[in-house]
Amino acid sequence: MTTSMTREQERLRWRSRRGLLEMDLILQRFLDQHLTTLTAAEVRAYDALLQLPDNDFLDLAMGRKGPDDAALVPVLEKIRQS
Amino acid sequence: MALSRQIFDTVIVGGGGSGLRAALQLAEAGHHVAVFSKVFPTRSHTVAAQGGIGASLGNMQEDHWLWHMYDTIKGSDYLGDQDAIEFMCRKAAEVVYELEHFGMPFDRNPDGTIYQRPFGGHSQNFGERPVQRACAAADRTGHAMLHTLYQRNVRAHCQFFVEWMALDLIRDYEGAVVGIVALEMETGQPMIFQAKSTILATGGAGRIYHSSTNAFINTGDGLGMAARAGVPLEDMEFWQFHPTGVAGAGVLITEGVRGEGGILLNSNGERFMERYAPTMKDLASRDVVSRAMDQEIKEGRGVGHEKDHVLLKLDHLGAEVINKRLPGIREIALKFANVDPIREPIPVVPTCHYQMGGIPTNYYGQVVAPRGASGSNEVIPGLYAIGECACVSVHGANRLGTNSLLDLLVFGKSAGDHLCQWLKSNPQHRDLPHDAADRSLERLARLDNAESGENITEVANAMRRTVQHHAGVFRTGKLLREGVEKIREVAERARNTAIKDKSRVFNTARIEALELENLVIVAEATLVAAEARTESRGAQAREDFKDRDDKNWLKHSLWYLEGSRLDYKPVNLQPLTVESFEPKVRVY
Ligand SMILES: Cc1cc2nc3c(=O)[nH]c(=O)nc-3n(C[C@H](O)[C@H](O)[C@H](O)COP(=O)(O)OP(=O)(O)OC[C@H]3O[C@@H](n4cnc5c(N)ncnc54)[C@H](O)[C@@H]3O)c2cc1C
Repeated sequence: MTTSMTREQERLRWRSRRGLLEMDLILQRFLDQHLTTLTAAEVRAYDALLQLPDNDFLDLAMGRKGPDDAALVPVLEKIRQS
Repeated sequence: MALSRQIFDTVIVGGGGSGLRAALQLAEAGHHVAVFSKVFPTRSHTVAAQGGIGASLGNMQEDHWLWHMYDTIKGSDYLGDQDAIEFMCRKAAEVVYELEHFGMPFDRNPDGTIYQRPFGGHSQNFGERPVQRACAAADRTGHAMLHTLYQRNVRAHCQFFVEWMALDLIRDYEGAVVGIVALEMETGQPMIFQAKSTILATGGAGRIYHSSTNAFINTGDGLGMAARAGVPLEDMEFWQFHPTGVAGAGVLITEGVRGEGGILLNSNGERFMERYAPTMKDLASRDVVSRAMDQEIKEGRGVGHEKDHVLLKLDHLGAEVINKRLPGIREIALKFANVDPIREPIPVVPTCHYQMGGIPTNYYGQVVAPRGASGSNEVIPGLYAIGECACVSVHGANRLGTNSLLDLLVFGKSAGDHLCQWLKSNPQHRDLPHDAADRSLERLARLDNAESGENITEVANAMRRTVQHHAGVFRTGKLLREGVEKIREVAERARNTAIKDKSRVFNTARIEALELENLVIVAEATLVAAEARTESRGAQAREDFKDRDDKNWLKHSLWYLEGSRLDYKPVNLQPLTVESFEPKVRVY
């Protein structure tokens, strides 16, 4: 799998290493299923999510809160379903 | 290959609570400081801490640092060094108030003072009755602490190297540490950072266990760096476990679930805690429950394909109670165990939580090690270690809850203060040795050149399974001896790994291979030290040596990578100003 990944995908994979174990686990599942097929818009949205503090990201990923920005919804749905 | 080089007064490896606290002390004093972190600093594992910071502020009931000191020493099962423990407990109020002034949003009492929570093991008047000592910021204490310290560091012009991985320490011919070699992930290029002093603050290595509450970044890099540079690792046999982590994931299920009536079952559907603790049953103390669970698993009564976990049943509580009193738990079970606790039990297993051992230091954070044949403890010039990667040792054989965040603040600050003085008398950079980067370059060259070899994920899994099975909560000589042999095989395999992707830019496989080398060192230290210690003390519970043995084992173990050799040093039972707390039988 690794060899076929682009550098951009590798970068996203590393940035998905988080301070909270819960986020590591959730993002690992998401990446295993979706990383190689994300659209450019989804990559942008995912990048924005990765900028969030872990606890806020966890609240979104667990569906405890909704995102402020509608552009994040499709990727967030994939994260929640993974 | 000549590497490019940058020069600083101090380089700090780690941007968690301890690294940031030390950095602040130095940067505010005007020193030229660089902080390295594999991830953005506020995403360090400190963010996971929820419970709080222990300090005897006495805001709720009367409290005293001496009582906190007693609780810490007793908690440590008398393996903690009493000079460092006195130092920490006396400084606690000061570092908490400082953090408050930096802007930390602590929970408050109606009168405006910091609210303090109750937490297990904290008592008034030497064990008489519980006291509320934990200062928290809602359930985001670690998060708030990181953000507060990070902002303050930015203001003080501390320089951050984010998404850089430190590879090795550089020691000169006299043994002084003169900097590090670090790798920039974005380019894959290593670089030399020359410094008058280096602080390791890389956090714990909980990922050596298959079941761990630690985030994936907790790979013990600082321990690997120290060990490769000839520095021993202290008390690595002591790891704190939480009884109920979700099997296969590690996410914690709070004790509250058993408080509400959840019970543990083995593969026969038996409520086995009735046998181990007839009165308290599932509500017995953490270590008793963990050990019973692990014993059930070791004796073949575990559940699942690998028979490697037990079950936490709560469906008998009914949907209403679960939804009302344990909503967070249902959410966790659904997400990470794929079961709905309203209908099915949650698979759980004792889960590694905290590393008591680490790089040996004094209470100034200076790394100390026996030197030469005399064996006397000496400072390694230019090297400091703080936080979970260090062993001061304030936690001894068992950490008291909330004392880790306190440890980060007290010893982070103490190392910074000491360095401000030390830099005055050591104003010059020492010369770099000619072979400064050789070790790192050899490690990278091996990975870059290996055409075929062991798969990283497979070796990492073998390591985690070995440590979980052989150095879990329930330990016997036989299990540990087998474990030592197995981990040596794993270590050999780790020396022969290969990665397919040879590119430099953001090569995560390459980073994971380098992390694995560090993890395997920590795993071997753990098994070897645990096998040698023929007693039970704190987190080390041996079935074949059930009692604490102060005559032979009131001492710290020191493990050396070279020859996988063990040495020992005495526990410091002499506090700074008060009388010694003599070892007593530990009953709660
Ligand atoms: C779920 C959980 C809850 C907890 N709750 C509490 C609590 O309530 N109270 C309490 O006192 N303690 C608690 N603890 C323990 C406490 O959180 C940790 O011991 C503490 O945060 C560790 O801080 P640190 O500064 O040593 O390291 P960390 O916060 O782990 O930071 C390590 C830093 O080192 C960097 N790093 C590592 N290796 C390298 C490398 N090779 N190159 C560059 N950078 C590197 C990382 O990027 C990171 O910035 C808890 C622990 C867990 C797991």
